[in-house]
Amino acid sequence: MNSILRSGNDELLSYLWYSTLNLNKRMNKVVKDAKEAIEGITSGMTLMVGGFGLCGIPENCISALVDLGANNLTCISNNAGVDDFGLGLLLQQKQIKKMISSYVGENDEFERQMLSGELEVDLIPQGSLAERCRAGGAGIPAFFTPAGYGTEVAFGKEVRYFDGKPHILESALHADFALVKAWKGDRFGNLIFKGTARNFNPVMAMAGKITVVEVEHLVEPDELDPNTIHLPGVFVQRIFEGKNYEKRIEQRTVRPVE
Amino acid sequence: MLDRNGIAQRIAQELQDGWYVNLGIGIPTLVANYIPKGISVEFQSENGLLGMGPFPFDGEEDADLINAGKQTVTMLPGGSIFDSSLSFAMIRGKHVQLTVLGAMEVADNGDIANWKIPGKMVKGMGGAMDLVASADNIIVAMAHTNKRGQSKLLRQCTLPLTGVKCVKKVVTNMAVMDITPDGFKLLERAPGVSVEDIKNATEGRLVVEGEIPEMQL
Repeated sequence: MNSILRSGNDELLSYLWYSTLNLNKRMNKVVKDAKEAIEGITSGMTLMVGGFGLCGIPENCISALVDLGANNLTCISNNAGVDDFGLGLLLQQKQIKKMISSYVGENDEFERQMLSGELEVDLIPQGSLAERCRAGGAGIPAFFTPAGYGTEVAFGKEVRYFDGKPHILESALHADFALVKAWKGDRFGNLIFKGTARNFNPVMAMAGKITVVEVEHLVEPDELDPNTIHLPGVFVQRIFEGKNYEKRIEQRTVRPVE
Repeated sequence: MLDRNGIAQRIAQELQDGWYVNLGIGIPTLVANYIPKGISVEFQSENGLLGMGPFPFDGEEDADLINAGKQTVTMLPGGSIFDSSLSFAMIRGKHVQLTVLGAMEVADNGDIANWKIPGKMVKGMGGAMDLVASADNIIVAMAHTNKRGQSKLLRQCTLPLTGVKCVKKVVTNMAVMDITPDGFKLLERAPGVSVEDIKNATEGRLVVEGEIPEMQL
C-alpha cells in the first residue's frame, strides 16, 4: 500500500486512505426492515429466492412480499415451500406467474396450479439450477452439462460432445432481486451461513441485480473473521436483521434412544 | 422376497471402503443402516453436506440441518457444509463414487424414469438428472413390479426419462441384476424367489446364465 500512496497525487490518496480507516465513513448497506429491503419490487419482476425446502428461506422477505401484493412474479427457487409457508404463501395469493425450480414435491397447491395450467413451471435439474445462478453472478453466459441429456429438459438446447460424451448447453440465470437468508452478516454485506441453510443462498446472492439479505444476527464489521466469510459483501446491496424466525421443519425425523 | 430393508441391506454389500456415497430418498436412505463391518464410507447429501450422520435424538433436531429428503439429520466429526453449486461440482466432477436412487421404471439399456407421470404427478427431478448423468456407478433400488403388478423392468421406459443408459445395477425385492448390452443380467435371487418368478416379473430382456445363487444377507 505504501507504494500506491507514494505514486500519483500523494495528498489526495493519503486522504482517501485515511478516511477508509475510519469505519464509520465506510459502506453501510443496512436497511430498517423487510419492507424497506424489498422496496422496488414490482409486478412482473423475476426474483431468486434462496432455500432448500423450508431450510434457509428468507421468511421476512416472503412475508413482506405477501403484504406488498406484487404479482405476475417469476420466482427462481429450488422448491416452492409448502401450502401454508415459504413461497406457498405467494402461490396462495396467486402472486406467482412462473416458477423455475427443480423439485415441487410436497406442495399440493403448487401441483394443482401446475397441472391446471394456471402456473407456468420450468423444472430444471438441481445442479443445473445452482450452476445457472452461479454463472449468472460470475459473468459466464452459458455452460455445457451432461445433466438432462436425452430427456425433455434437453428439448431445443444445443448438444455437444466432449470426450465422447453428450452435453447440453444451459444458460445463466439473472434476477431483478435476489432474496437471501444468512445466519450472520455485517453492514458491508459479508455473510456467514449456518448448516444446510446455506444451499442456494450464496449463488443466488451472486446473481441478483439487487441482492437483499436477511440475517439472524447483524453484527459489527470487526466481529466477523475475514477468513470465515462464506460470501463477500460485494454481492450484496441491502441487509437487515430479520425477526420472529419460525424455521419450520418439513420432515421431523428422529431415532429412538437405544 | 425382500422388504425395503432387505433391498437396502443387499445394496450395502456393494459399498467399498473409502467411497463417498449419495443416497436418494426412500429405500436408498435405509442403506446407511447396513454398512458392512470394517468399511468406512462418507455420505453426501446434495443439499450441501458431507459426513452426514444418523437422525437426531428427539429434542435435538436442528431446522438448519436437513438432508435432501428434508429430514432432520446430524453431522459426524469430519463432516463439511457447502453450497448447492459446490455440491453438484462434486457430483458432476465424479468425486462421489456411488449413487443409489429409486425409480418408477428402468429399461434394459440402463435408461431410468423417476420424476414425472404426465398429467398425473409431477414432483420434479430434483438432483436426480445431475446424479445419473455424471456418476460412474449407479444402483437403482426399487420394487420389481408396481402396485398393479406390472413390471418396472422394461424393454423401454414409457415415462419421461431422467437419464439415458446410465443405470449399472438394479436391486429389487426379487433380484440383483447388472445392466449389460444384452439386457438385465440376473446375478442373484431373493430368498424364496425362483428364476421363473423373476422371468415372469421382468418385461425387459433378461439374461440368465447357469445357476443363479440366492442372495446372502
